[in-house]
Order: sequence, then structure tokens, then C-alpha cells
Amino acid sequence: MTRESFDRELQDVKRKLFQVTGEVRKNLTASVKYLDNRDMQGASMIIESDEMVNLKCLEIEERCLNIIATQQPVATDLRLLFSILQITTEVERIGDYAKGIARISQKIGPGKLVKPLVDIPRMEEIAGLMLDDAIRAFTEDDEQAARKIPARDMQIDVLYNQVHRVLLTFTMEKPTNIEEIMMLDWVAHNIERVGARVVNICERVIFTVTGVSVDLN
Amino acid sequence: MTAEIRMRAVDYSLFYGDFKALNSISLDIPTYRISAFIGPSGCGKSTFLRSFNRMNDLIPGVTTSGKVLLDGNDVSKEDVVNLRRKVGMVFQRPNPFPKSIFDNVAYGPRLHGTKNRSDLAVIVERSLKGAALWDEVKDDLGKSGMSLSGGQQQRLCIARAIAVEPEVILMDEPASALDPVATLKIEELMNVLKKNYTIAIVTHNMQQAARVSDYTAFLLTDENRAGNLIEFGPTKQIFTTPSDSRTEDYISGRFG
Repeated sequence: MTRESFDRELQDVKRKLFQVTGEVRKNLTASVKYLDNRDMQGASMIIESDEMVNLKCLEIEERCLNIIATQQPVATDLRLLFSILQITTEVERIGDYAKGIARISQKIGPGKLVKPLVDIPRMEEIAGLMLDDAIRAFTEDDEQAARKIPARDMQIDVLYNQVHRVLLTFTMEKPTNIEEIMMLDWVAHNIERVGARVVNICERVIFTVTGVSVDLN
Repeated sequence: MTAEIRMRAVDYSLFYGDFKALNSISLDIPTYRISAFIGPSGCGKSTFLRSFNRMNDLIPGVTTSGKVLLDGNDVSKEDVVNLRRKVGMVFQRPNPFPKSIFDNVAYGPRLHGTKNRSDLAVIVERSLKGAALWDEVKDDLGKSGMSLSGGQQQRLCIARAIAVEPEVILMDEPASALDPVATLKIEELMNVLKKNYTIAIVTHNMQQAARVSDYTAFLLTDENRAGNLIEFGPTKQIFTTPSDSRTEDYISGRFG
């Protein structure tokens, strides 16, 4: 007895998660780029796109529940479904962080930023590549890769602390711009959270492959 | 495994004439736990279960090697009637005797020497309560056991098994002839029974094994069609992270 249709459905849900992660990844990069370029239209597009991302995440959840209810998955299949559900939540939240950056961009408005963005795009670049690698590790069941990725989160944390310090000094230099400075700090915070979410994805990859829950944060 | 061990198979093999049906199985049945034996048809799980109270002795040409122990004692050296009092059995199809409900439950105690009617009445009530059947039949104890529904008949058989206060109850597909509601009642009952009895169950229904058992053994035939124990461990582990890929393939429905 084989379970071809069950396997097909599992792989299809996995593929859907991979696709929606790709959209979230695009939105994340674009959110920082549009903030840097003061592109208000681009920011609106990200906010709209995130609604689609949320719907797709809900669809993945629904399909997972349907599989659990009708197919009684066990062992690796069950762990995979459990991980898909959890990774979907992580990806959906990363999407929310990108949307949050787009909203901040709109709030700041089209004028020139109080300071040019230097470390924030760096943070985004690292977080984006981490997300790429984590989702690839998931689709390829690559436990070893999943174990290596979280170390890079440290770089994001270092940059975040640096951004925070710089912005803090700016509040003293330019007290009239405190609100905008605080919003930029919030952007950096959002990207820092993306790094933590990617680490969670790596934990799920290890769980899927080995059945062992680990804490890599 | 931390639980105390009630029964134990040690390097146990069973032959039908020249044909080896069970190949050197060693396994511990923990006390007051439910142990499930799963595996594809013909893997020897029922044969193995029947070894615990020597039901295979009735089959001509059967020989064995290795040991089956109950409380550390070799069951092959026990008086078989006494052994089957200590190790009761419930079968796939409910098989009440064509007697009254009362006499069905009193059958074992009578066989073992309890003759007094009021003593028997106490045992019958206690056993029917233990099998979660008392409330349904208490006013009809004189009615034939055969007149009950399938699920009730199976619980009557369980009452009959526990009337002689066994240590172990063997169940061979106890719910496979029952509808889903009667099946769930039997499963609930097993959960209650394990407080006082050690239970070993053979089931084709993997979800049932996952639902009711504390430990699961997976058996599979080798290239010579002899049943081998592939894996035995806590059910939680077997159904989430089995250590043998053959177990994983079987429980996830990819063969068998």
C-alpha cells in the first residue's frame, strides 16, 4: 500500500509554503528599499500584498488541518505537518514586519529621512539571506544547514544595537525629529525580530528531521 | 523502561512443524500498562499474544524455544488451567457461552471452586461493573448472554475474563467486529482496566494502538516469513519518532 495522493498533497502544501515565503522575502527587501527611496506607492503595494500573504497562510493552515483530520498522519508526516503549521506562522509574522516597515514609511512621509540608512539595509540583507537559507533547509530536510544559520542572527543583533545607539544620539542632536527617529528604531527592531523568527524556522527544520525540539535562540 | 515487568518473552521462537513462525523475540510487558502488538497480516502478532497463556498448545505440531515468563516464572511449567486464570483472554468475535449473563460471568469462578451462590453474585456484580456493563444488564442477569448487542457481548466476555481476577488480560483484536461507538467504549474500558490489570492487545487498527496503548511492539516477517520484533517502545515515541524505518513505513501507511 502506498499513499501517493497523500504524499502529493503533503508536497504541494510544502511547495505553497515555499512560495509564500518567497513573497514575504520580496516584501521584506522592498520595504527597506522603499523606505530608503521614500517610495510611498511602493509602501502601499507591500501593505496590499501582505493581505494576500495572510490569505495564503490561512489556506496552508486549512489544508494542514484537513490532512490531519482525514489522513491520520504519524511520525515524520505528523512532524512535517506540525512544522509547516508553525513555520507558516513565523512566515506570516515576518510578512507583518515588512508591512510594519511599509506603514512606518508612509507615516514618515515622502520627505528626506532624518539620516541616510546605512545599517538597516545591512540588517535586512542578512535577515533576508537567512530566511532564504532556512526555507531551503526546510524544503531539503537539511538539518546541518539549519544548525548553522542561527549564528548569523548575532550579526543582526550587533547591527541593531549599533543602530539603536546612533539613533539615540540623534534624538539628542535633533530633538525636533524624535518621532521619526523612534520610527526608524522601530524599523530596526522589526528586522531584528525577523532574525529571531528565522531562528525559529531553523528549530522546526531540526524537529522535522530528527523529532527533537531544540532552542537555538 | 521504568515500569515493573509482569510478563517477559526471552529469545522466544515458535514453529509450526518445520516452519518458524516467530523468530527469537525478546520483549517485556510492563505491569498495569497496555502494550499493543501491531504489524501486517501474517507477521505473527496473534501467535505471539497466544504464547502468553499457551493457547498455541492446542495447535498440533507447535514447538517452541526460549521462554515466556509470568512474574519471573516459566509459563510452560505452570499448570495450564491455573496459568489461564492468571492470564485471561478476550477474542476478536465476542464469544459468550449460550448461558445466562450471570452464568457466563460465574463460569470461571465456578471452575476454580467457588460454589456459593451469594459469593458468586458478589463476583458477578463486581465483574460486570468492572466491565462497565452492570448498569445495562443488572435487571436481566437471567437473560441469555447471546441476546446482548455485539459491544455488550464483548464487555460480557471482558467481565467473564476479569471474574477470575487475572493478572494479565490478552486481547486479540477485541474491537474489530464492533461498530465505532462500541469500539470507543471498549477502549475507554481498557483505560480503566489497566489500573488493576496488565493488558496486551493485538490490533490491526493503528489508530487504536495509538489511542489506547502505553507501549507498542511492531512485528514484521523476514524473508523466511518468520515474525520478528522490529521495535518496541513507548507508544508516543513509536508514533512520533520511530527509530526503525520499517516501523515508520508501516505506521505511516506506506506498506503493509
